[in-house]
Amino acid sequence: MNRLQNLFHTKKTNLLSIYYTAGYPELNTTVDIAEALEKAGADFLEIGFPYSDPVADGPTIQHSSETALQNGMTVHVLFEQLKDLRKRVNIPILLMGYVNPILQYGIEKFCKTASEVGVDGIIVPDLPMYEYEALYSKYFLDNNLSNIFLVTPQTSADRIRKIDELSNSFIYLLSSSSITGGSLNVSTNIEDYYKRIKAMELNNPAIIGFGISNNATFTKACEYASGAIVGSAFVKLLAEDNYLEKIPAFVKAIRP
Amino acid sequence: MKYGVNELGYYGDFGGAYIPEMLYPNVEELRQQYLNIINDAGFRAEFDQLLKDYVGRPSPLYHAKRYSEKYGANIFFKREDLNHTGSHKINNAIGQILLAQRLGKKRIIAETGAGQHGVATATVCALMGLECIVYMGEIDMARQAPNVARMKMLGAKVVSATSGSKTLKDATNEAMRDWIANPVDTHYIIGSVVGPYPYPDMVARFQSIISLEAKRQLLEHTGKELPEYVMACVGGGSNAMGMFYHFLDNESVRLVAVEAAGKGVDSGHSAATTFLGREGVLHGSRTILMQTDDGQVVEPYSVSAGLDYPGIGPQHAHLYKINRAQYVSITDDKALQAGLLCSQLEGIIPAIETAHALAQLEKMQFKASDNVIICISGRGDKDLETYIKYFGF
Repeated sequence: MNRLQNLFHTKKTNLLSIYYTAGYPELNTTVDIAEALEKAGADFLEIGFPYSDPVADGPTIQHSSETALQNGMTVHVLFEQLKDLRKRVNIPILLMGYVNPILQYGIEKFCKTASEVGVDGIIVPDLPMYEYEALYSKYFLDNNLSNIFLVTPQTSADRIRKIDELSNSFIYLLSSSSITGGSLNVSTNIEDYYKRIKAMELNNPAIIGFGISNNATFTKACEYASGAIVGSAFVKLLAEDNYLEKIPAFVKAIRP
Repeated sequence: MKYGVNELGYYGDFGGAYIPEMLYPNVEELRQQYLNIINDAGFRAEFDQLLKDYVGRPSPLYHAKRYSEKYGANIFFKREDLNHTGSHKINNAIGQILLAQRLGKKRIIAETGAGQHGVATATVCALMGLECIVYMGEIDMARQAPNVARMKMLGAKVVSATSGSKTLKDATNEAMRDWIANPVDTHYIIGSVVGPYPYPDMVARFQSIISLEAKRQLLEHTGKELPEYVMACVGGGSNAMGMFYHFLDNESVRLVAVEAAGKGVDSGHSAATTFLGREGVLHGSRTILMQTDDGQVVEPYSVSAGLDYPGIGPQHAHLYKINRAQYVSITDDKALQAGLLCSQLEGIIPAIETAHALAQLEKMQFKASDNVIICISGRGDKDLETYIKYFGF
C-alpha cells in the first residue's frame, strides 16, 4: 500500500488536497511549500510540473506554469528537488502534468524516479485510458504508483466503471466540464451528477476538484465526496509576498 | 488504404487521441459517427452540391507553360486559390459544418493562423446560420488584418489568443479550452489534419477532393492519370494531405512536402518541423513536434502565418518516418521571391504558404517528360502587405 492508499483506508471524509505548480513563484521552494502545507493540515498534495501548452488549465495555472518554466523548472530539476522530500514531508504526494514532458523523460524512468523520491501517484490529464492500460500501467504498478483518472458530468456510466476498475486510490471528480480556476456552481444538474456517482457505489472514493476555492465550496463538495482539491485559489496565494507564512491561515480558512 | 488510419486512430506510431477527459465525450461522439455521416448518400449529395455551386469546384488544373519552360518539366497548378474564400480551407469547412448540423450542434469554434481557415469557417457559419467564434493569435491578427476584418464582416466573433507565442498553436490551445467549457452544444472545426483522432482522418477525407479531381484532370491533359511528382506546402498539412491522398497508394508518384524554414533551419527562427522536431504529443496526437529536451513545445517562426506551427499532422509524421513522402524546407526569402516569380511569370499572386512549395521547384531535378502537380493552396491577397514591405513596391 502506498501512502495515498493508506490515507484513503484510514480517513473517509473531509479530505483536503492542495495543488501547486513546482517552480512557482520561485524555483527552489517546492519542498518548503509542501512542508508548510503538511504543517497547516493538508491531507495530501498535488505538485504540478509545468508544460508550455496546458490546454486543461485556466489563466491562473497557465501563468504559474509559464513563470515556472522561465524560472528553469524541468522534470529533471523537480526530481532533484524532491530527493530529500521524505526527510521533510510525510503526507501523500501526487505529481500532476501533461504527457509530453513525461514521454520525453521516458515514462518507465519517470515512474521509477518518482517512486524512488517517494511520490505516491500521478495525474496525467491527457494520457488516454487505452494507452495507459495497454502500454504504461505496468510501470505504474511495478513502482507502487497510483494513476488518477478524471471524471466529468459528461462521462458515461460504462466509462466510469472502467475507470473505477483501473484505479487503486481515488477518482478525481470534476465539478463541471471546465478548465481549472472556474467557480463551483452547484446547480440541480451537478447535484444529480454527484448523486449519480454516489449511487454507483464505486470501489474507489471520489475527490472533487475544479472550482473549490473557499470553505463554502469545500464543505459543499464534501457532502458528495470524500474530500476536495484546491488548486487555482492556492496558486493565487503564492503570488503574494511572504506566501509561506500565509499558508496556515489559507488552509484554516478552507477547512477550519 | 495502405497509409490510412487504423481502428485505434494510429498511422504507424503516430496519431491517437491524447486528450483530457473533459474532451472525451465530444471526440468519442465524433469518432463513432463521422464515417456513418460522411458516407451517407444524403450527406455526399449536399457536400458535392455545395462544393460545385458554392465553392466553385472542380478547381482547375492549369498547365503553367512559362513555369514548365523555366523548370524543364510539365508543371501543373492545382488552383485551390480560385475557391470561394481563396484557399483549400473551405473544402474542410463545408464538410465539417454539414457534419456539425447532423450532430445537432448550435455553436461553432475554430482556430486560425493565416486567417484562411477562420474566414472559411465564418463563411460556412454564415451560410448555415450558426454562431461562430474564431480564436486567432494576437500576432497573427496584426499580420493578417484583412482576414480579421473579413471574419467580422461575415458575422464571426474573433477572439485573440494572448498566451505563449500568440500564434497558431496558442489559438489552438484557446479553442480546445473553449470546447472543454462547452461540451454539449459546440463543434470544433479544426482547420488542419492535426488534433485527436478522428480529426486527422476526417479533415484528410474532406480535402481529398483535391487529388481526386487532379487525377482525372491530369488524365484529360496528358492521357496519364499519374504524375511523377506531387508537391505542396506543409504547416499542419491539410492542403498537402488533400493533394497527396489519392496518390498515396501509387508508389511511383513522388510526394514532396515543403515546410517553412523561416530564417533558416539552424537560425532559431524556423518552423521546419521534421528537421527540428522529435516524436511527442501535441494538440491531442502523437506526432513530430519542435520541443526542448524537457518536452516543452518550442515556439516556431515563419513569415507565413499558415505554416507557423511547431508540429505536423500525424499522417505526415508517418509518411516522413517511412519515407513515403520527402519533407524539405524553404526560407522566408526564397518563398517571397518565389511568390514574386509566380506573379510575374504566370499572373498568379500566391499565398506566402503556397510560395514555399513553388520555391522548392528551384531545387528539383526534373526530366523533360515529368508531369508535376503543385498545389496552389491559396491566393496572396491576404499577404499583400508582407509582399509590399519586402519588395518595397
